[in-house]
Amino acid sequence: MSVQPAPPPLPVPTLPRGRRRRTAEPVERSVISAADRRRPSVRVVLVGVQALILVGLLVAGLGPLLWLFKASISTSQDILRHPFAFWPSGVQWGNLATAWERGRIGFYLRNTAVVALGSWVANLFVSVTAAYVLSVLRPKWGPLLSGAILVTLFIPSVVSLVPLYLTVLDLPLVGGSLLNTYWAVWLPAAANAFNVLVIKRFFDALPAELFEAARIDGAGPVRILVSIVLPLSRPILAVVSLLTVIASWKDFLWPLLVLQRPDLQPLSVALPQLTRTAELNVQMAGLFLALLVPVLLFLLFQRQFLSGVGMSGGVKG
Amino acid sequence: MAIEVRAAPPPLTGPPRAAAGPAPRRRRRGFTRWWHGGGPAAVLFAVPVVLVFAYFSWGPIVRGLVMSVQSSGTAAPAEFVGVENFSYVLTDPLLPTAVGNTFYFALLALLFGFPVPLFLAVFFAELRRRRWLFTVLAYLPVVVPPVVAILLWKVFYTPSADGLFNAALGVVGLGPYPWLNSPTMAMPAIVLAATWASAGSAVIIYLAALSGVRAELYEAAELDGAGIWQRVRHVTIPQLRGVILVMLLLQLIGTMQVFTEPFLFTGGGPQHATLTILLMIYNYAFVDGDYGAATALSLLLSVVLAVLSATYQLATRRWSPER
Repeated sequence: MSVQPAPPPLPVPTLPRGRRRRTAEPVERSVISAADRRRPSVRVVLVGVQALILVGLLVAGLGPLLWLFKASISTSQDILRHPFAFWPSGVQWGNLATAWERGRIGFYLRNTAVVALGSWVANLFVSVTAAYVLSVLRPKWGPLLSGAILVTLFIPSVVSLVPLYLTVLDLPLVGGSLLNTYWAVWLPAAANAFNVLVIKRFFDALPAELFEAARIDGAGPVRILVSIVLPLSRPILAVVSLLTVIASWKDFLWPLLVLQRPDLQPLSVALPQLTRTAELNVQMAGLFLALLVPVLLFLLFQRQFLSGVGMSGGVKG
Repeated sequence: MAIEVRAAPPPLTGPPRAAAGPAPRRRRRGFTRWWHGGGPAAVLFAVPVVLVFAYFSWGPIVRGLVMSVQSSGTAAPAEFVGVENFSYVLTDPLLPTAVGNTFYFALLALLFGFPVPLFLAVFFAELRRRRWLFTVLAYLPVVVPPVVAILLWKVFYTPSADGLFNAALGVVGLGPYPWLNSPTMAMPAIVLAATWASAGSAVIIYLAALSGVRAELYEAAELDGAGIWQRVRHVTIPQLRGVILVMLLLQLIGTMQVFTEPFLFTGGGPQHATLTILLMIYNYAFVDGDYGAATALSLLLSVVLAVLSATYQLATRRWSPER
């Protein structure tokens, strides 16, 4: 169970790479061989299935998003009466502005960003320091701590939902309440055993001679972490960061429980309220605006997204 | 690692200053060596993780165990009530409904969401050009925030004849269907939306696993005269067995804890047709204020989930011995 120091090789080629077809065949063969591909019957079926799947994916993957875009600049009448009309009877760009202003989409987006960024910082800080202790500093009590963290992986988060809420409501020992503060979201998010263990496994595989050399040169533990361990760990930190930000961006139940003041709520919690009060086309415009940021980020960083997901093996908290 | 091998064993308990004992001198030397060997740094670096886990992971877990056997009066101090919470929960007439619905959700999610991503991934692996286009299209719904997806699908499921789905099915003479308003259709409708939102990540994970299937196996099969379909059946699928098992378990673990979809789509209705276990826990705790019942039910669910996740851990270990 040890990871290679290099970023785990994840050949999920997501970007087109020029002349792949000619050069890559001997290295990268799969079910259908080059000989098969030259047979006309195989080629026809392959092209046919490919076209069919492409159409299906366009309808199922892109269709709803395009429909939402169309609905967000239509009249409510159009959405209700002619859901399949290709072009709205009148383009109302004003819906987007109305949703932005009245629904305060920008304001809630900022809250979402605050929640996500804070969770990210807290998570990385806790996971990196913990992994550093367990993997590089290796105190005598390391295995004990590591076991205590590992055990929480086996215990589903459901069991602590209510007690966690009560803890946030009234912190034991120190007193005070985190309710309606962002700490209530940031700190529980930082207690992520999966991230600690993934980073620890990566640290485990870094060459120990480097730390030894740095120590001999007089570097303290902080210096070794900052100057040696962290720069070498960029790939795993990127993956963990991405997964953490996505998870907190999508979270609904926990922020709903602990951020009850509307001016603190992230967009995911505030949107259902908006859809209860606004007109249909303004609702759609609000949904479209809420969608825009994650979709654009995904299109910009597709490669990192897809390899991160491939690597996580679909571990969902 | 080599650094710490020489370090003296650090005292396990208490702050180092308390190390005054019958043999102060030896203790002192041990302490100095511990100090210079990087001991305090390890303690310092462990503070954040210990604090955060104590407050937000270990503490709540233990508290949950305790609360499940206590009365949950917010006014009076909590008292030990034995298995009262458990018997209350287990005799709740809604519990069989919620358990049944949760399993129904899990079953439908498997039926809708299991074969399609596998098929798509096997097919994507054959693509020599524009694979990125296919993967991006398949993954696009996953980036849509769940709340946005749910609110959008709610509009699609408009029960009038002009609703998006009803209009589409109306073209071929079907419907209009009540969708979310009907006790029989609500659950499949929710699962369909949830599957749409999650299938993309399964495709990517299968695709990553497919790249690990060795090409020699296909070559050998081809030399033995296996056709394309036979190669898929007898090489690809058996090679993916481990990942398939893992995905199955992960999906089960996820669907047993489903909350957001039924909460926002239907709120558990109509006629409790979409009431899931987690929704019931939420209602106990945050509608009725009965924390004891809520934690008792959480605990019961957790036992089932813990078995599943232990199986998952074992499966991943076996599936990737080289990792």
